[in-house]
Amino acid sequence: MGITVYIFWFLSFVALISALNVVFAKSPVHSVLSLIITFFAIAGHYLLLNAQFLAAVHIIVYAGAIMVLFLYVIMMLNLNKETEPHKKNYIKFISVIASCLLMITFVAAFRGAEIEGATSPNDSIGLVENLGKVLFDQNQFLLPFEVSSILFLAAMVGAVYLSKKELH
Amino acid sequence: MQTLSGIPLNYYIYLSTALFCIGVLGVMVRRNAIIMFMCIELMLNAVNLLMVAFSRYLGDSSGQVFVFFIMAVAAAEVAVGLAILIMIYRNAKTSDTEVLNELKL
Repeated sequence: MGITVYIFWFLSFVALISALNVVFAKSPVHSVLSLIITFFAIAGHYLLLNAQFLAAVHIIVYAGAIMVLFLYVIMMLNLNKETEPHKKNYIKFISVIASCLLMITFVAAFRGAEIEGATSPNDSIGLVENLGKVLFDQNQFLLPFEVSSILFLAAMVGAVYLSKKELH
Repeated sequence: MQTLSGIPLNYYIYLSTALFCIGVLGVMVRRNAIIMFMCIELMLNAVNLLMVAFSRYLGDSSGQVFVFFIMAVAAAEVAVGLAILIMIYRNAKTSDTEVLNELKL
């Protein structure tokens, strides 16, 4: 048992506990903060998997941009009340059972799976140099990359238009 | 099952499954639209984690490029989704999804 195994268990524990806290926290701001902790734990997993670039991008995009957007909306709409009406208890009970069943189904499906074609793992695939080569060099992901910039433009225009107050 | 520095790929599969199911649970249990939205982000991240794990264990970096694109799409989705939420709040004065049932028969 190396130290990476202990780090793995610790990060998994933190991720699962704070993910549960996202669902069951009373106030929305606590949910957002728990989700940020979950994202940091997932970034730690990326580091364990030697995906340094993705870990950095994950923290910048999720903890830095998306969660700030969530916090901003919660503050702006003043939604930080703990008086949110709750669903009926039997619906909660059924939801818990349904998601447990989903989990059991997934675990049973993956339990006997044997992943074929595992080659010798390459330590450098997660580095910026290699990812840049894959993204731009081989003409494989160049078109999706450009299309995603158009997607951003469309999202930006859509967000501005939707949240604009009606002028007439 | 191959292991990498002592951690089998199976562990990552189970961890991502658990995170995904917690996300599903959140969407079903909560009524606040913002919390439901955050749970959708949680599900996306579970899938991302699994993709990075597979790309590491199979020695193929396409999986990490896919994660990159998923992050881009998630950022765009959050921007538009929160704008829609603000619209809903402006019209209905609430972010409770049970109130928004006007299309229901």
